Amino acid sequence: MVTDDLWRSVTPQVIGALVRRYRDFDRAEEAAQEALLAAAAQWPEEGVPVDPKAWLIRVGSRRLIDALRSDEARARRELADATRVPADSLVAPSPYAVGSSEQDDTLTLLLLCCHPALTPAARIALTLRAVGGLTTAEIAHAFLVPEATMAQRISRAKRQIRDTGATFVMPAPDDVPDRLREVLHVLYLVFTEGHTASTGDALHRIDLTAEAIRLTRQVRTLLPDDGEVAGLLALMLLTEARRPARTSAAGELVPLAEQDRTRWDTAYVREGVALVTDALTRTRLGPYQVQAAIAAVHDEAPSAAETDWEQVLALYGLLEQLAPGPVVTLNRAVALAMVEGPAAGLAVLADLEKDRRVARHHRLHAVRAHLLELAGDTEQARESYLLASRLTTSIPEQDHLRRKAEAL
Amino acid sequence: MKYLLMIWSNPQTWGHPIFLRTPEAAAMTGDERAAMLRDFEELMAEISESGELVTAQALADPLTARSVRVRDGESLVTDGPFVEAKEQMAGYFVVDCATPERAEEIAGRFPDARFAAVEVRPLMGGSAEDL
Repeated sequence: MVTDDLWRSVTPQVIGALVRRYRDFDRAEEAAQEALLAAAAQWPEEGVPVDPKAWLIRVGSRRLIDALRSDEARARRELADATRVPADSLVAPSPYAVGSSEQDDTLTLLLLCCHPALTPAARIALTLRAVGGLTTAEIAHAFLVPEATMAQRISRAKRQIRDTGATFVMPAPDDVPDRLREVLHVLYLVFTEGHTASTGDALHRIDLTAEAIRLTRQVRTLLPDDGEVAGLLALMLLTEARRPARTSAAGELVPLAEQDRTRWDTAYVREGVALVTDALTRTRLGPYQVQAAIAAVHDEAPSAAETDWEQVLALYGLLEQLAPGPVVTLNRAVALAMVEGPAAGLAVLADLEKDRRVARHHRLHAVRAHLLELAGDTEQARESYLLASRLTTSIPEQDHLRRKAEAL
Repeated sequence: MKYLLMIWSNPQTWGHPIFLRTPEAAAMTGDERAAMLRDFEELMAEISESGELVTAQALADPLTARSVRVRDGESLVTDGPFVEAKEQMAGYFVVDCATPERAEEIAGRFPDARFAAVEVRPLMGGSAEDL
């Protein structure tokens, strides 16, 4: 029996082996998908081969050669390339590229899929397909777009990678940290998409949060000493831990302060806390570690009232220096209000209101409403909750904000 | 984020593409009209190729519209659009863009934006938009 996890973790290794052999990422990716489809059709009938990966590589190779033969001139060129010394055997090994070649392949593939020439949407699609082993149809469902649109994004991404001349080799050691940051950002985006997506049609949607955690775990195995990889995994686990309590039986959104903490996943909390604690003591500080540390403070508080807001405030101050942005400032305003009172938090918001984009964003008004409510200004709080509910595009969030306004 | 782009237009006659049926287009030289059409086709190629275009549809003449009202359980069907205005919705596009600014940029490149307007509306049901 082949588990889903094993099945999909093999995907990047099959693609890696094919790209190494034939030096054509685009065709190798197609061929690996075809081999996976062939396996899905044949294995249940004929049984799982002794070495599933070797089987997939063999079938993929055959498909790839067929594709190459369809254009004879191209085939000659590819074969000539394939017999050359691989370019990556000529450069010094990167510190990020130690270990077995299969593991290198997965990391190399991730870095290639998150190539800076691609848009974030293209990076996400390509990563989920080539590294995550999802089909184009599954990815299209997950992002609620037609399959043709997603197929277009994926083939354009592959074309752009080809056009930049990027090849299937590990980037220069100096470039790896920056490129790795892009990979982590893509995994983070996949996670938040799954975390915030409306639950309406969950039936046909791939669980993107689980997929993001699975891929981040894979990266963590490859780079056990990278603090930000550990920080991102910890952040995901500490956020995912609260998932059972985030929605009520009626499907309504439950804010952190009102969640039933006995429903949190304690195994995820333990693992997340251990990961971030280890990373903070042992590696260079980074924004994911700080965000995970904040999540850990919340997850470890026995009740909302017992939250260590001074620590949260200090951590948001640190995060604002490491990775400044309006969302961080908004969150710091909440923490500041909890420590020094709502007036101090509202003063921070006043600065953000000058930015046109932020001024029209529902989160600013939701936070303002919350702080006004704390300050006892019911009338203004209701106005802000209603404005926030009009500005959001998330249906569960809109319902929640309207309920808050009505409760005042 | 997904956005609905509504093409509002006030054409002399209904047809496709609608921007060529406007009085402004009629006053242009043949070359100017051809250039406008080329701009539009370039935009279509760009958003299809980028994977931003989700779906699109031109609407039939508002003359063919029927508006259905139910009052006191009685159904009343009238000829014509719900809002009687000079400008009518002529078609729509759904695009999936990285930022609201990009959706506005695409809207601004429709020739219709020069004559009437292209209205940009975020779709509900998506994930929360990040700042």
